[in-house]
Amino acid sequence: MKNFLVSLLSIFLGLLLGGLVLKLSGINPLDAYTVMIEGAFSQPNYISYIIIRSTPLILTGLSVAFAFKTGLFNIGTEGQFIVGALTATFLGFYFNFNPWLQIPVVMILSCFASSLYGGLAGYLKARFGVHEVLSTIMLNWLALYLSNFFVFIEGFRRPDTETTEFINQSASITLLENWKVSESGMAWLENHTFWKSFLRPPFNAGIFIALIMVFLIWFILEKTTFGFKLKATGFSQLASRYAGINTNLKMTQAMMISGALSGLAGALHVMGVSKNVAVLAAHEGYGFDGIAVALIGSNHPVGVLLSGFFLGTLKYSGQKLQSALEAPSEVISIMIGVIIFFIAIPSIFNWPLKILSRIKKESKQ
Amino acid sequence: MNDLIIIFTTTLMYSTPLIFVSLGGVMSEKSGIINIGLEGMMTLGAFVASWIALTTGNPWLGFLSGGFAGLLLASLHALASIYWGANQVVSGMAMNFLGGGISIFLCRIFFEGASMTPPLDLALKIPLIFNQYATVYLSFITTLIIWFIFKFTKLGLRIISAGEHPKAAISAGVKVNFYRTFGVLASGFLAGLGGGSLSIVIVSNFRPTLISGQGFIALAALIFGKWNPVGSMLACLFFGFSQALVVYIGGLENVQISSQLLSALPYVLTLVVLVSFMGKSTAPSALGQ
Repeated sequence: MKNFLVSLLSIFLGLLLGGLVLKLSGINPLDAYTVMIEGAFSQPNYISYIIIRSTPLILTGLSVAFAFKTGLFNIGTEGQFIVGALTATFLGFYFNFNPWLQIPVVMILSCFASSLYGGLAGYLKARFGVHEVLSTIMLNWLALYLSNFFVFIEGFRRPDTETTEFINQSASITLLENWKVSESGMAWLENHTFWKSFLRPPFNAGIFIALIMVFLIWFILEKTTFGFKLKATGFSQLASRYAGINTNLKMTQAMMISGALSGLAGALHVMGVSKNVAVLAAHEGYGFDGIAVALIGSNHPVGVLLSGFFLGTLKYSGQKLQSALEAPSEVISIMIGVIIFFIAIPSIFNWPLKILSRIKKESKQ
Repeated sequence: MNDLIIIFTTTLMYSTPLIFVSLGGVMSEKSGIINIGLEGMMTLGAFVASWIALTTGNPWLGFLSGGFAGLLLASLHALASIYWGANQVVSGMAMNFLGGGISIFLCRIFFEGASMTPPLDLALKIPLIFNQYATVYLSFITTLIIWFIFKFTKLGLRIISAGEHPKAAISAGVKVNFYRTFGVLASGFLAGLGGGSLSIVIVSNFRPTLISGQGFIALAALIFGKWNPVGSMLACLFFGFSQALVVYIGGLENVQISSQLLSALPYVLTLVVLVSFMGKSTAPSALGQ
């Protein structure tokens, strides 16, 4: 509960200071907030876009949070996301089963690939003592260049582009994709303007899978011995080892699950939104933003869910500042930075509380 | 022979910014404060350096301003970590978001919405000395100075004591918080210089993707160099050398390797080296406390 209040107060301060930054650069912060609120909620398709934008953030946030619980800082979500996305594209393109088989196969194998990739960092830490921050930074770049290498393989690459072929329709999780453009569907949507707007973006099943994962991770951490051992390893490695927990194994397992979650984010993004992957010049930031999501959500699955939606909303509506007010949308990064800064120092929120209790004591004496 | 000179020059070119940033990491972490925000401080330094160099026409002034911009951002990290009991990793992460955000935000404000600065006039760049940029020499001199500080001066010993045994240091009368603040501010300054040595020396402008991961690689070099200034410098040179190999092999006419796979080489090499040579951790014992 205290964490939740700290996050809420930090968010408040972040939005406030972000407004101050805008004010100092000659932009009316109230206008900016209005643009952002209207840009986020005034039309059904905006909400749909926000849900789509939040899905990968929730999953990468969950991934970072899960590793944090075992005392590991997984900066490698970026690379694991790429591995998941690439695997999903590759399998979705080469396999073409019935959707009921195709979707789970593509999804599970993508998770598997990225869990191996994440697990590698855990193994390097457990076996060789290589700090996971170092190994995952290197693995992020390795993933990026490997992905670019595969994109350029003839047969997989779409001719004359810097992208791959699209996945088969059977691997798509975009909801009502064919119906939307069919005659009966268009006729129905013509009469239902809310749904017409809501379904215009590639709304997909990813968010439901993300919700299931939130529950699953909560269940593992709170209700199973496995989760308890993971958390114990995070609290104190020495004490856990003394209690008979194989901490090296636990670290590798935690990184595998963490990697699987990030990879799932990448796979769902491909299956629901992009349908292929392109050559990357730099990291896209889904993984990096996952760190922010985990921190703002104080590493709790439900907190991550809420902060994932919050960050998704902020990122989506922030884009609109540029066109509406010519205000740099990077003010969003500044806000996120300020929020995380205050989350790092929860003790400053104790000040008012401490002063209050001191006054009470003194008045009693 | 000519090939060797090319590799040598490219190695120095890639290593210089990393050396500055990595030395910054040494200053902060020796004093006991984790600084994972080097990347953000480097980005801010890169932007401010090119902005000031453009507006004043003086690259040295730009370079220095880059350092001070990094220092300014680091002062937030110092305040949070040393005086407000922050989780240092989280606060460092905040610096990364802030540094990147502020840089591009200011760039758009000052340069009419553009996310990159206009290129610097060639005549206004930092001069070459014996065919190398002056900053290359400066990075080695800085390494020497920092090595000297830790090896031979009271200041260095006190910083180390703050990082190893803050309580013992306090009881011996050392102002631990003062030396830690010094370490963190110095780290921001050096990270800013590192950013500047990239944006106005190696390339001639700032752009959003200019700093993408170098801060973290410098952090890796710091750990690989076992928190020692000379070791960190060598680690940076190793990384720069592997980058130079990529450039060199990529330029050969009779070698057919995918440029994408080749680009991954420095990261794979670093990983292999980390696995093979990672001995006992020698981090300052009170790091992060």
